Amino acid sequence: MSATAADLRAYERVYLVRRAEEAIREHYSEDEMKTPVHLSIGQEAVAVGVCEALGPEDRVFGTYRSHALYLARTGDTDGFFGELYGRTTGVARGKAGSMHLAAPDRGLLATSAVVASTIPLAVGAALALQQLRQPGRAVAFFGDGALGEGVFWESLNYACSARLPVVFVCEDNGLAIHARTERYQGYSSIADVAERFHCDVHRSDSSDVLEVRDLVRRALSQRETSGRPVFLHLRCYRFVEHVGPAIDRSWQLGYRVEAEFEGWLARDPVTVARARLLAAGTAEAELAALEAGVDSRVLASLRAAQAAPHPEPRELLEAVFA
Amino acid sequence: MTSKCTYRQALRDAIALEMERDPRVVLFGLDVDDHKRIYGSTEGLVERFGPGRCFGTPLSEDAMTGVALGAALSGLRPIHVHIRADFLTLAMNQLINMASIARYMSAGALEVPLVIRAVVGRGWGQSAQHSKSMHSLFAHVPGLKVVMPATPNEARGLLLAAIRDPNPVIVLEHRWLYDVEGSVSDGDEAMPIGPLATLRSGSDVTIVATSWMNVEALRAADLLARRGVEVEVLNARSIAPFDDERLIESVSRTRHCIVADNDWLHCGFSAEISARLMEKCFDRLASPVSRIGWAAAPCPTARSLEDHFYANAATLIREVEKKLGLPAADLSHEEFDSYEHRFKGPF
Repeated sequence: MSATAADLRAYERVYLVRRAEEAIREHYSEDEMKTPVHLSIGQEAVAVGVCEALGPEDRVFGTYRSHALYLARTGDTDGFFGELYGRTTGVARGKAGSMHLAAPDRGLLATSAVVASTIPLAVGAALALQQLRQPGRAVAFFGDGALGEGVFWESLNYACSARLPVVFVCEDNGLAIHARTERYQGYSSIADVAERFHCDVHRSDSSDVLEVRDLVRRALSQRETSGRPVFLHLRCYRFVEHVGPAIDRSWQLGYRVEAEFEGWLARDPVTVARARLLAAGTAEAELAALEAGVDSRVLASLRAAQAAPHPEPRELLEAVFA
Repeated sequence: MTSKCTYRQALRDAIALEMERDPRVVLFGLDVDDHKRIYGSTEGLVERFGPGRCFGTPLSEDAMTGVALGAALSGLRPIHVHIRADFLTLAMNQLINMASIARYMSAGALEVPLVIRAVVGRGWGQSAQHSKSMHSLFAHVPGLKVVMPATPNEARGLLLAAIRDPNPVIVLEHRWLYDVEGSVSDGDEAMPIGPLATLRSGSDVTIVATSWMNVEALRAADLLARRGVEVEVLNARSIAPFDDERLIESVSRTRHCIVADNDWLHCGFSAEISARLMEKCFDRLASPVSRIGWAAAPCPTARSLEDHFYANAATLIREVEKKLGLPAADLSHEEFDSYEHRFKGPF
């Protein structure tokens, strides 16, 4: 089957996220991006795959590891780099930085550095959609570490009891900061536990963005009939450290296993999506042109951010209250 | 036009008025639709507006506060109700880490029309976890507004203001005020959040009070007036923002000030008021600012201990006497804590 425009777009977004984060890695040591970065390198297929299945009417909430989510949802590299550089061209004029990236006008309402804190916000947004009889769903992205927070369970319970149009996306990279996820879990599979709640559960360990997208499309379509919340358990892997720009091959610390790292690297989301498009008949030259376009866009946005003005001190007290 | 009603009726009328006027207003929380209806303050709402707009919730204060916030960011104007302010400790992350920053972190793109109502308990053994007020704690955080209506008219006017405000507003309602009757404006006009209210004018000493302590301050002022002492009673009904203009004007005239807060003193709202007076009218003060509040202990259960935990009108009278160099009057025949004749618990 030949690749569609949507397939190409999904690859472009995966490649964009990767290039943008590689640019951060290249420039972080210049000490101009003064914001703690939690990179998504290796996890791109989840954020992009989910967002490619969503529509503009959906309301999305994320975590402090939301570069991929922001770029997947908006494609906006200018506002992204402006924000990381703390400049007035940033999407929040430098107030949010990396850990609070959001684009309310494009349906990415909020992200949070306190783990699990945006999960109930998505449930509340779903309540608003239901109450105001508006189309769309509210989507909560969270990591496996968030499963240790009480508010996750409270939110899941309430959403299932009230049958709200909410999609829980557990982005399970197998690592809760510097621990293996299973170390702190009193159960073996969150998807198995979620199945005991009144929601539709779907699982995947694919790093193929198109597979993730198609799974989410099916899940959302099934939800139209079931009327229940959706719980997506999407496994992935991050090649980078919890916070900071380094690729993390610290096997000696005991929470990462080399074979696991290499296994996921062999099916890296960028490589997988690219190979799939080539196999579907997309010309190498077309992909190369797409990639070159993204490369120059990322570079231009980064340069523009570096040259953009810093916020004036008067902005400090602006937007505390409406 | 005005009419007479109780504090609880004023709360209920304000909510009903706004739910009628604005279909985006929804009300939820533990017990809002049970047979007791938060001491009657949510009476009739579920029947009138339906279970979609007025509903009970699981015992999940943390998540439900996040639900309220997420709904506020998505087009609703939620009112989340708690039968005790102490339960807000379970919602601190959502209020302090999330609701207070949502607008700022979006550089003004988001509005947060969220109202948190919570009842401050007292007496008949409410004890350590059913008696907190929490206003000092919330007022410390930029991005949150905090109001404490002390009269039925304020209950109506400030709740209307809170519901219409595009920012998170925490409304703290003292349990003992629920039965207080007073005259209330009939219109749909909201009361501005910020300024103090003058409950009684006087020239000898200013008492600035919060919540129930206004009732005690007025009682003290009545008894002192018999001796020719004229007390000015200012009601700090808005804790954040706190517009101190009227307070500075008053104390510049009376030159004496007692802060009567319904809270602990250490790092509390009373300390903020005292600091403002020091900064803005230090040279007009004839005596150091006095602070009256709770004893520095968790609230005990036994009545004999609780009597010493809370200040009352007698405490205020003794402080005024000390300030003005008056002899201690015989108060043994005066009645204090008259509310105890009505409030027989359990809750």
